Amino acid sequence: MGIEVVVDGLTKSFGRQNIWRDVTLTLPAGEVSVLLGPSGTGKTVFLKSLIGLLKPERGHVRVDGVDMVNDRERDVFEARKKFGLMFQDGALFGSMSLFDNVAFPLREHTRKKESEIRRIVMERMDLVGLGGAEGKLPGEISGGMRKRAGLARALVLDPEIVLCDEPDSGLDPVRTAFISQLLIDVNAQIDATMLIVTHNIDIACTVPDNIGMLFRRNLVTFGPREVLLTSEEPVVSQFLSGSRLGPIGMSEEKDAATLAAEGFDASAPARAGVREIVPQLEPSPGMPPRQAVDRHRERVLGMLAQLPTAARNAIVAGIGSSVAEARTLTMPGLPEERP
Amino acid sequence: MTATLPPPPPPQPPDPPDPPDPGQDPGGAPDAAGGDEPERPAWSVPGAGALRETGKLFALALSVARLTFKRPFQFREFVEQFWFIASVTILPAALVSIPFGAVIALQVGSLTQQFGAQSFTGGASVLAVIQQASPLIVALLISGAAGSAICADLGSRKIREELDAMEVMGVSPVQRLVVPRVLATMGVAVLLNGLVSVVGTLGGYFFNVIMQGGTPGAYLSSFSALAQLPDLYISEIKALIFGFIAGIVAAYRGLNPRGGPKGVGDAVNQSVVITFLLLFFVNTILTSIYLQVVPPKGG
Repeated sequence: MGIEVVVDGLTKSFGRQNIWRDVTLTLPAGEVSVLLGPSGTGKTVFLKSLIGLLKPERGHVRVDGVDMVNDRERDVFEARKKFGLMFQDGALFGSMSLFDNVAFPLREHTRKKESEIRRIVMERMDLVGLGGAEGKLPGEISGGMRKRAGLARALVLDPEIVLCDEPDSGLDPVRTAFISQLLIDVNAQIDATMLIVTHNIDIACTVPDNIGMLFRRNLVTFGPREVLLTSEEPVVSQFLSGSRLGPIGMSEEKDAATLAAEGFDASAPARAGVREIVPQLEPSPGMPPRQAVDRHRERVLGMLAQLPTAARNAIVAGIGSSVAEARTLTMPGLPEERP
Repeated sequence: MTATLPPPPPPQPPDPPDPPDPGQDPGGAPDAAGGDEPERPAWSVPGAGALRETGKLFALALSVARLTFKRPFQFREFVEQFWFIASVTILPAALVSIPFGAVIALQVGSLTQQFGAQSFTGGASVLAVIQQASPLIVALLISGAAGSAICADLGSRKIREELDAMEVMGVSPVQRLVVPRVLATMGVAVLLNGLVSVVGTLGGYFFNVIMQGGTPGAYLSSFSALAQLPDLYISEIKALIFGFIAGIVAAYRGLNPRGGPKGVGDAVNQSVVITFLLLFFVNTILTSIYLQVVPPKGG
């Protein structure tokens, strides 16, 4: 089962330029989370900070007792073995075949026999639908295949945390749907904590258990998917509807004058409620059920009282009224029951 | 839940500048005005940048030295790099060393002839070749042919995020890629130095004896009268150190290219220039130390 990632007060700047500040969130163990954000809000920087490639000035990222930001390089290196990171364009080693690329972590970190390595690699290649392409060089395959090969390499050491950097970029809608399904299937199979960074709304609506959004150097919100999907915040609704009207402009944010010219009232609730929540993807037939679903439901029911009304209603409608009603009735006593 | 902006953070202490992230996607530069400006500390003193770079170069040299002894040693990578470096440097080194030995022999020969010390031509020209010319030729070739290749290789891996990927997988690029390369440049430099010394000496002998009418006996006897074993030692030590410098500088510039493919080209260019400057500087120091420490045989 995956492990929890606790991000606390993370702040990162390049020189004088602040990327985001005071980001605090917890990726619940084994669940799939998505971090949304307009282009250029530092989503990739956030991923790289989680894994310790970039060092934020302040804050902590705690993974299994290791602080990926402040701890010694040796501990951070050790902790990284728990991670699998899928880079935006795969970041495969150009001089190695796909097989060697996927086998690389195994050869570096394990003392497995070559036959064993071959078995594991082929299994992972089949999982991402690349069986038969293992002899090709990264330069000889399409972008989508490179992404999937990158995912296979990220999965080969059975990571407890899987980070995906824009799994959809450069893919057509059909391939994006396939990769969404693939991510859910992977989660069902290995039960790893997953964080997907994207600005693709389809992925955000169908894949994750939790969604967060970065905007204006801040984490706007992070919580169960229903919270963001029903949110009436202007930024969120503008982003989800892909509209030009709203606080997000071409260069990240509009100034007040432009907003006023648009006649947009930031305080007015956007056309919320019109959006309906798309059901989450289920694992493909034949896959084991996702263990995260039950944990997520328990967790969300536990925090139901603190959620906004719209989100609460959506959750209740989502899980089926019988369970939820029972829970809602016993709500006051609930926190004590939970460990 | 409204997106309120917290008050601006207090001024930051100058952060240790981590390597600017050239492979950064547009997500790394959050603002149109920002562009892909490399990371700069908040303060700047003239010369601080140069000091910082030098410090980082030394830090890399130290970590290479430390990681050399860390298991597992990348033997395969080492052999491949050794073979590659040797294959691109052997022929040019031999071809350069013949005329170089000849030029020194001719020059020294003509000088010594003028004040009647022609019998010492052998010793003088051989010492010049072995102590000075040979390690420098080797280092220039290693840095020009192998260092540029190493720098370009590492640089393009860096901008393709391969090195990041490697680090993410818990594999240190310094241990996996840089250590074998630096050891290979050192090894090739030492061996190549032997080759260049021999070929240069032979070239000098040939030109002195055949072209200038010197006597073979005088050439060889002055050689054994003036030259001693420490001359050979310092020559090999120089080659070893120069190989190390060439490897480290190439790796350092390769690991830190600025801004995309153009940056890799610039990094290669700089790595060669920096190596050349360092080589001649270090050579001066090593030579003066050697001349102070080891008593000349003829004296």
